[in-house]
Amino acid sequence: MAEYRLEMRDVVKTFPGVKALDHAQLKLRPGTVHALMGENGAGKSTLMKCMFGIYHMEEGEVIYEGQKVQIKGPLDALQRGIAMVHQELQPIPERSIGENIYVGRYPTKRFGPIVTVDHEKMYEDAAAVLKEVHLNYAPKAKLGSLSVSQMQLVEIAKAVSADCKVLILDEPTSSLTAAEVEALFTIVNELRAKGVAIVYISHKMDEILRISDEVTIMRDGQYIGTWAAKSLTTDMIITKMVGRELSNLYPHRENVPGEVVFEVEDFTSINPKSFRHVNFQVRKGEILGVAGLVGAQRTELMEGLFGLRCHNAGKINYKGKELKVNQPKDAINSHIAMLTEDRRATGILGVLSIADNVSIASLNQYLIGGIMLDDRKIEKLVQDNVAKLSIKTPSSKTLIQSLSGGNQQKVLISRWLANDPDVFILDEPTRGIDVGAKYEIYCIIAEMAKQGKSIIMISSEMSELLGMSDRIMVMCDGRVTGFIDGKDANQENIMALATQFE
Amino acid sequence: MRETGKMANFDPKKFLSDNAIIIMIAVLAVIVGFVTDNFFSGSNLKNLIVNVSPRFIIACGVSGCLITKGTDLSAGRQVGLSACLAAMMLQSIDYAARALPWMPDMPWFVALLFVVAIMAIFGAVNGCVIAFLKVPPFIATLGMQTIVYGLCSVITGNDPLGGFKSSYSKVALGSLGFIPYLAIFALVVGVYMWFLYNKTRHGKYMYAIGGNENAAQVAGVNVPATLIRIYILASVLYGVAGFLVGAKAGGASTATGFGYELEAIAACTIGGVSTNGGVGKVGGILIGVLVFEILKICLQFLRVDPAYTFIAQGLVIIVAVALDLRKYLAKK
Repeated sequence: MAEYRLEMRDVVKTFPGVKALDHAQLKLRPGTVHALMGENGAGKSTLMKCMFGIYHMEEGEVIYEGQKVQIKGPLDALQRGIAMVHQELQPIPERSIGENIYVGRYPTKRFGPIVTVDHEKMYEDAAAVLKEVHLNYAPKAKLGSLSVSQMQLVEIAKAVSADCKVLILDEPTSSLTAAEVEALFTIVNELRAKGVAIVYISHKMDEILRISDEVTIMRDGQYIGTWAAKSLTTDMIITKMVGRELSNLYPHRENVPGEVVFEVEDFTSINPKSFRHVNFQVRKGEILGVAGLVGAQRTELMEGLFGLRCHNAGKINYKGKELKVNQPKDAINSHIAMLTEDRRATGILGVLSIADNVSIASLNQYLIGGIMLDDRKIEKLVQDNVAKLSIKTPSSKTLIQSLSGGNQQKVLISRWLANDPDVFILDEPTRGIDVGAKYEIYCIIAEMAKQGKSIIMISSEMSELLGMSDRIMVMCDGRVTGFIDGKDANQENIMALATQFE
Repeated sequence: MRETGKMANFDPKKFLSDNAIIIMIAVLAVIVGFVTDNFFSGSNLKNLIVNVSPRFIIACGVSGCLITKGTDLSAGRQVGLSACLAAMMLQSIDYAARALPWMPDMPWFVALLFVVAIMAIFGAVNGCVIAFLKVPPFIATLGMQTIVYGLCSVITGNDPLGGFKSSYSKVALGSLGFIPYLAIFALVVGVYMWFLYNKTRHGKYMYAIGGNENAAQVAGVNVPATLIRIYILASVLYGVAGFLVGAKAGGASTATGFGYELEAIAACTIGGVSTNGGVGKVGGILIGVLVFEILKICLQFLRVDPAYTFIAQGLVIIVAVALDLRKYLAKK
C-alpha cells in the first residue's frame, strides 16, 4: 500500500493571460482530512478541477493508489472513486432527490434488449445513502423543495454514494448554518474513520484548525508547503497565504473624506430573506468597505440601490435630495455607477469591441445633432482610458472577450468613469484577477477617492478590505451588523460582526 | 500600418473556412456561366436584382431580431398580409372584381404608408409580448405567424387579389435607366439600416443586448424599449417588402410570402449574423441574400427539378449554420 492515496505533482495549467497553476502539488494520505488553503484566485479550485478531470492539465501527473493515471473527465474520476462537492452547486431542481444523486449513473434493469432505469433500486439506494449521512429526506421529493444548504448536504450524499476513496469538499460550509456545519463534521469524521482521503477547501480558519489533519497552502498558483494542522496557528496560515507584508500590497491613499453625499435609510428588499432595514452613509471621497460572509446579501443590497432589484421600503438621500431608483438608468443618470460581481454574466459584452464596451453607458454624450454617434469622440475616449488605466490591448476594435480578466475589469471601470460617477459601487472588483493587475486596480480606486468620488467596495478578501477601506460596514444575513473604522478593523472584529446571526 | 499588419496575418486556410459557402456558390456560378448560355447577361442580372431586393429588405428586418438572440417566424406571413392589404387598396378603379368596392382611388405611396402603419402594430405586439411578457421570441412569433395568416384569410375571404392599377405595378416593373425601382427601395433600406446599426445609439444598444442582455441592462440600456423598436422596425420592413412583392407578382393571396421568414433567417446566417447574438453586419446580410438567390438561379439554369432545389437550399442552410457555430467553438 502506497503511503499516499493520491498525489498530484508539478501541475501546470494556464488560462488566457493567467498562469492559474504553476507547478502545484498535493499529497493525500488515506484516512485524513487535508485542508487546501489560499487566497481567492490562488488556484485551489483549479487544482481540484484538474484532479476531477474537468480541466486538463498541461504539465504534471496524478498518482492514484501508487499508479500513474490520467483522469479523463468527471465520470472517469467518479468510477475511480474520486468524488467532488462543488463550490457552486449544479442541481436539477425539477427532478427528485434520488435522481439527482444518481444522475449519469442510474441503476438499470433489462427486459431482453431494452434497458430501462431501475427506479425501485435507485430510490432504495438513495434512501440508504441519505440515511448514511443522517439526512431525513424522502428520496422521491423534488430537489427544488430543499433549501440551498440542504441541497449541499444532498450533494455530499451523492459523493458518499459513489463509495469514494477521495472526497473533495470545495467550500462546503459557505451556506450552512452552525447546526448544519456540525452535521457535516460528523459525516466527515465518519468518512475519515472509513479511510477516505478528504480534501477540504475553506476560508474559515477555525473550521480548518478543528477538522483537518494536514494543511497545504497555495499562493498565486504555486505550492507553498504542507504542514501538520496541529503545528499551525491562524496567524501563521494567513502570513503564508498572503506571503508578504500587507502594507506593500496596497497603494498609499491620499483621499480625505468630506461631507455625506449618499445616505440610505431603512432600505428593505421585497424578499423577506434578503436585505432589510439597512441604514448607512457614504462621504465624498470616502472608501466604504462592505464585509460579510457568503449569503450576507451584500450584492443584493447594492443591486437594490442600483435599481437591479426591487425594494419595498426605505429611501436614498443623494446630494441632499431624495433619489428614486427603479431601474439602473435612474442611478446612472444621477452619476452612480456599479461594477457588478460577475464580470461575465453582467459586465462584459463579450462579442463586442472594447470601444463599444467602454462607450455603451455614456452614448448620449457623443451625439452629433442628437442622432448620429461621433466615432472620433468615442475613439478618443477609448484611447484616453487605455492610456490612463494602462489597458493592454492591440486596438480599440479588439473583442473584449480576448482580454485577460484584469484588463476586462479595467475596460468596465472605464465604462463607468466615462459617465463621471460621484458614487461608484464596486462588487468584488479584483475577483479572478492576477496579483499585478490587482495592485493597478487598487491604485485606480485610490485615485478615484482622491478625486472626491465616493467608493462603496464589497469584498470577500479580508486583506483587501483592511488595506483599502476608510470605514468597513459589516453585514450578516441581510442586516447591517456594524461599522468599524478602517484603522481599528481587524479580522477578528469583522468576523464577530459578520457572524452575528439573529 | 494597421493595414499591413492585417495582410501579414492573412491566413488563407482560415479565409477559406470562414467564407466556405460564399466561395462555393461563387465557384458554382462561374461553372454555370460557362456551361449554360445567357447566364452572364443583362437580363439575368436584372432578374437577380429584382429577386434579391424584396428579400434583402425582409432579411434586414429579421436581422435585428436575430442579433438580439431572437427570431421572427411571422415575417413571411406579415409580408403576405402586407401584399394583400396593398392589393386591396390599389386595385384598378374599373376592375370588376374589386375586393373593396368602396375603396377610393389613391396614389401608391399613400397605400404604402397605410400598409406600413398597420404592420407596425403587429411589430409592436410582437415586441411587447417578447419584452414584457418574456415569451421566447420563437414562440411569440410562431403564434403571431398563425394569427396573421388567419387575419389574412379573413380579410381576403381566401380569394386571390388581382387587377392592380398600373401605377402600382410600375413600382415593381419600372426602372430608372438600367436600375429597377425595386433596387432603389432596397438601396434606401440598406443605407438606412447601415446607418442605424453603425452610427446610432439604437444600433449599439441592439448589439449590446445581443452580446449580453443582463450586462446591457446594468449599463443602463432600456432593454424592453430597444426590443420593441427592433420588432416594430422589422414589421415595417415586411410591410415595404410585401408591398413590393405584391406589385412584382401582379397579384396577392394568402399564400404570398409563405416561407419567406426561413429564407430571410437563412440568408442572415449565411451572411454572418451569428445565431449566438451580438454579431451581424448589413453588408453581410446582402451577401447572404445574394448567395441564396444565385444558388436558386444556378439551379434553374442547370434545369434542376424545383423539388431538388429545395433539398439543395436546405443543405446550404444547415452547412452555413454549422460553419458559423464552428467559428464560435474554435474561439473558445
